[in-house]
Amino acid sequence: MSLLEIRNLSVEFATASGAFRAVDGVDVTVDQGDLMAIVGESGSGKSVSMLALMGLLPWTATITADVMTFDGRNLQKISPRARRQIVGRDISMIFQEPMSSLNPCFTVGFQIKESLRLHTDLTRRQRHDRAVELMTLVGIPAPEKRLSAFPHQLSGGMSQRAMIAMALACRPKLLIADEPTTALDVTIQAQILELLIELQETTGMALILITHDMGVVAETVQRVSVQYAGQRVEEQPVTDLFENPHHPYTAALLAALPERATERHLPTIPGVVPGQFDRPQGCLFSPRCRFADARCRAEVPVRANAGMGFALCHYPLDKGVPQPRKDTA
Amino acid sequence: MFSFLLRRLLTFVPTFFGVTIVAFAFIRLLPGDPILLLAGERGVSPERYNELAAQFGFDRPMWVQYFEYIGGIFQGDLGTSFVTKKPVLDEFFALFPATLELAICAITLAVVLGIPAGVIAAVNRGKFFDQALMSTALVGYSMPIFWWALLLIIVFSSGLGWTPVSGRISLLYFFDTPTGFMLIDSLMSGQKGAFVSAISHLILPTIVLATIPLAIIARQTRSAMLEVLGEDYVRTARAKGLAPLVINGVHALRNAMIPVITVIGLSVGTLLAGAILTETIFSWPGIGKWMVDSIFRRDYQVVQGGLLMIATIVMVVNLTVDVLYGLINPKIRKG
Repeated sequence: MSLLEIRNLSVEFATASGAFRAVDGVDVTVDQGDLMAIVGESGSGKSVSMLALMGLLPWTATITADVMTFDGRNLQKISPRARRQIVGRDISMIFQEPMSSLNPCFTVGFQIKESLRLHTDLTRRQRHDRAVELMTLVGIPAPEKRLSAFPHQLSGGMSQRAMIAMALACRPKLLIADEPTTALDVTIQAQILELLIELQETTGMALILITHDMGVVAETVQRVSVQYAGQRVEEQPVTDLFENPHHPYTAALLAALPERATERHLPTIPGVVPGQFDRPQGCLFSPRCRFADARCRAEVPVRANAGMGFALCHYPLDKGVPQPRKDTA
Repeated sequence: MFSFLLRRLLTFVPTFFGVTIVAFAFIRLLPGDPILLLAGERGVSPERYNELAAQFGFDRPMWVQYFEYIGGIFQGDLGTSFVTKKPVLDEFFALFPATLELAICAITLAVVLGIPAGVIAAVNRGKFFDQALMSTALVGYSMPIFWWALLLIIVFSSGLGWTPVSGRISLLYFFDTPTGFMLIDSLMSGQKGAFVSAISHLILPTIVLATIPLAIIARQTRSAMLEVLGEDYVRTARAKGLAPLVINGVHALRNAMIPVITVIGLSVGTLLAGAILTETIFSWPGIGKWMVDSIFRRDYQVVQGGLLMIATIVMVVNLTVDVLYGLINPKIRKG
C-alpha cells in the first residue's frame, strides 16, 4: 500500500470574481522512501495541492478528492484534531522563504522543541538533547549556542537548515519541501539540496520536492510529476522523462534548460499560464503549444497510459514527434 | 539596551524644558487675574492688590519669575498653591493615587477585554462575531464620555440602585489612607464592608474610563492580528500541528502585540493625565479634577507644577513602552 495516495484532487478558491480552480484533478502517489518531484511554472498549483494535503489552505479554499489517504488513514474523514496529530509528526513541510517562516519572537530552540513537546512524550532534558542532535544533523555549527538564537540572527541558509531540523523533529514518514532553495544563494542551494537528499537516504522518509527548476530535478529525484495550470500533465521516472518527454509542455521545459540549448538563443515557452478568465476551452496548454491544432483547442484531452507517461495530450510526443493516440482514436 | 535607555533619557531634557515653558506661558496667557479671583465678589483695594502681587512675586519681570520657577524645580519645589497655601507637590501626591487607582482599573479592564475581543474578531474575520464585536467597538469609540457616564448613573445608580453615584467610598466608613489606594486602605482598615463599598464606587468610573481605550485596543488588536495571521511563520506553526488556540494566542498574538502595546501606552498616558470628564462627573478626587479646578482659579503654581508632573509621567510611560517593545520583539532589542 502506498504511503500517500491522492486521487482526483481539486482545489477551488472563492474569489470576489467567482470560483478559481487552482488544482484540477491531480493524482499523487508516494511510496515509503520515495523521492519525487512536482515540477511546474508559478501558478501551476503545485504548492496548493500540497498545502491542501497539509490542511494549510485558508477557509476560502474548497478541497475535493476521490481519495486522500496517508498511511492507511482517510484524511478527508478524520477530525481536525486527529489530522493535527498526523500533520507535523508524520508529514512535515518546509517552505520557500526560510527567513519569514520562522517566528521572529521565539528562539530557534523553542520552535524546534515545540514540535517535540506536542507530538512526543520526551522529557524536557530529552527534548533538548534531541534538538541539539537535530541541529547537528542538519549541519548547523555550534548547535547548543544556536538553539538560543533568534531567527534574525541566522542567515538564510541557516534558517532553512533550522526549518529542516524542525520538520524532522518527530521523524516524519513524508517530508514536503516547497521550493526549499528558491530564496537562497546559488551556492547555498546546492548545499541544502544535498542535505535533503542525504537526510532522505539516511532516515528512509519519503520526500516530495516541489520546484520549478528542471536542473534540480535531474540531479536529485527518482520520479517527476509535471503540473500545468493545476493539472498533472505528465509523470515519469526522471531518466525516462529527460530522455523522452511525452507531453509537449515537458519537452518545452526541458528545451529551455540552458545546458541543453544548442543554439545561441535559449528557447522559451511563449505566453503565460492561463489565469481565472483566460482558461482555454480544450487542452489548457494549447495556446502555448507548438504542436496544437483545432482539435487541441476544442476538445479536452484524455490521459494516456503509463507507457506514454500519463500524458494529458491529444498527440503525446515520442522522441519529439507527436503521435496519434492509439488508445482513444 | 543600556545605551538605548541612556539615549532615550537624554531626549527627556529638551522635552522637559519645553513643557516648563509651555506650562508657564499657557496659564499666564489666559485672561483672568488670580488675585482678583482670589478676592472674590467684594474686590480688593489697589494697595492690597499690590501687596499681594509682591507677595506672590507677580510684580517682577516674567523671565525672573520663570527662572525662579526653574530654580525651584531643581530643588524639588514646585511652588505653593495660592488658594490652599499647600506645596503643589504635596497636593499632587495626595490626589495622584486616586487617579492612578482608577487608571489601573480602567486599563486592566480595557486590556483584559480588548485583546481577546480583537483576537476573536480577527480569527472570525467577516463572520458574525467579527461584525458584532467591531460594531460594538465603534459605538464605544464614538460615544461621548459624559453622556455614557450619565446614562450608566441613571440606569445603575438611580434606576436599579446597584452602585453609588459618586465619590470613592461610602461616608459610613472612616479610616486612615496610608497608601492612598482606596482598595488597599479599605482592606487594611479591617472595617466590615469597606472593601465592598470601595469596589462598588469604582465600578462605574472604571467602565466609563475604560470604554474608549477598550474600543481602540480591540480594533488595533484585530488589525494587527489580521496582518500577522497571513505571515509565513503562522503557516509554519499550523504545519507543526499546533492547536488553533496556541497558534493564535502564542505565535500570532506575540507578534501582533507591538502596535497594541503602543496604543496601550498612549491610553495609559491619557488616563494618568487625569480623566477630567470622568473624575468630574463621579466627583472622583483625582488630579484631573484638581487641574480643572486650579485652571478656573488661575492657580498658576498648581497648574504649571501639575502639568509638569503629568508630562513627566507620560514621558516615563512612553519610555516603558519602548522598553517593552524590546522584550516582546528581540529584533528591536539590538537597537
